[in-house]
Amino acid sequence: MSPRGRLLLFLPSAAALLFLLIDGLHQLPGFGHYPGPYGYVLNGVGVSQRHATNLVTAVNFDYRAFDTLGEEFILFTATTAVVLILRHMRGEREQPGAADTRRENASEALRGLALAFVAALIVLGGYVVVHGALTPGGGFQGGVVLAAGAFVVFLAGEVVAMKRVAPEKLLELGDAAGAAGFVLIGIGGLIFADVFLQNFLDLGKPGSLNSGGTIVLVSIAIGIEVAGAFLLVWTEFLDQAVLVRSGGDEGE
Amino acid sequence: MSFLPYAVAAWLFVVGLYGIVTSRHLVHLAVCLTVVQSSTYLILLSTGYVRHGSAPIYADIPPVSTAVDPVVQALTLTDIVVESTITALLLALAVQAMKRFGSVDPSFLRQLRG
Repeated sequence: MSPRGRLLLFLPSAAALLFLLIDGLHQLPGFGHYPGPYGYVLNGVGVSQRHATNLVTAVNFDYRAFDTLGEEFILFTATTAVVLILRHMRGEREQPGAADTRRENASEALRGLALAFVAALIVLGGYVVVHGALTPGGGFQGGVVLAAGAFVVFLAGEVVAMKRVAPEKLLELGDAAGAAGFVLIGIGGLIFADVFLQNFLDLGKPGSLNSGGTIVLVSIAIGIEVAGAFLLVWTEFLDQAVLVRSGGDEGE
Repeated sequence: MSFLPYAVAAWLFVVGLYGIVTSRHLVHLAVCLTVVQSSTYLILLSTGYVRHGSAPIYADIPPVSTAVDPVVQALTLTDIVVESTITALLLALAVQAMKRFGSVDPSFLRQLRG
């Protein structure tokens, strides 16, 4: 179909879809008039039941932990798929010295600034991960900040150094260990409280770092997995940039 | 005014679809899909909003204060994670399409072969 024909088909159907969407959304309670009850119930009992002050994290890592387990494996599977799709094809090899040319392109100022960020980002990422049950944050957000901590090494133009800070073997290990850690915590619930993913640890005092029982452990497991998974995906994309194809051979 | 957030969500959805339909570049297409998905964040967060409610984080507010629904916020987090994985997968496929066809224009994908 020509681009013009496609657009002619799309415009009337988009108008109809927009009409249906607006009509359907009109039936929802107005903005700010939340009908409940789940949010109100959780806000009422969340802190006293789980001793976690950040109820979003409590929902993700405790009340709806089973759903988050599925979400975590979506991330795990997708990372595996990216690694699989971007594997070296036949006829591809790494361009000799490609990593070194990038190193020369970065200015000294950029390199200094980026390297100054590394430690700060890793500390911030760790902070966000372990305080997930208390203040805004948690394993997913902190994991991405942790991954960014290693990624600025690349922004500084040091591809080789990034591989040394975050070698692929370590990233794969982190990705897998984080995913397995979450499952093991769930099995811990099965053993000590008879229910999979049940919060079986001492809940501690609300507002202190060790409050929330298993929530903080799940947060750390997910933080490790997310950091590993994101860095693994980024490393795979970076590897593509230094690949060259020898002519003729078309892969499979 | 109480309908405005929903209207913006519906608009984002359709505008993202327009971008996907008219896209001439696979990376652009992946970005348009994120626009479509961002409409779902807006719908989720809008349905859970309570007028004058604060964030559902009781670290420094009284335990009895009104707060917005934490369930939809947790769902939005799930949504964001899924979106980032889908974007990564689509970009990886775009890299492979470039290698295979020498083009990132989606209309070249009709030459797709096994």
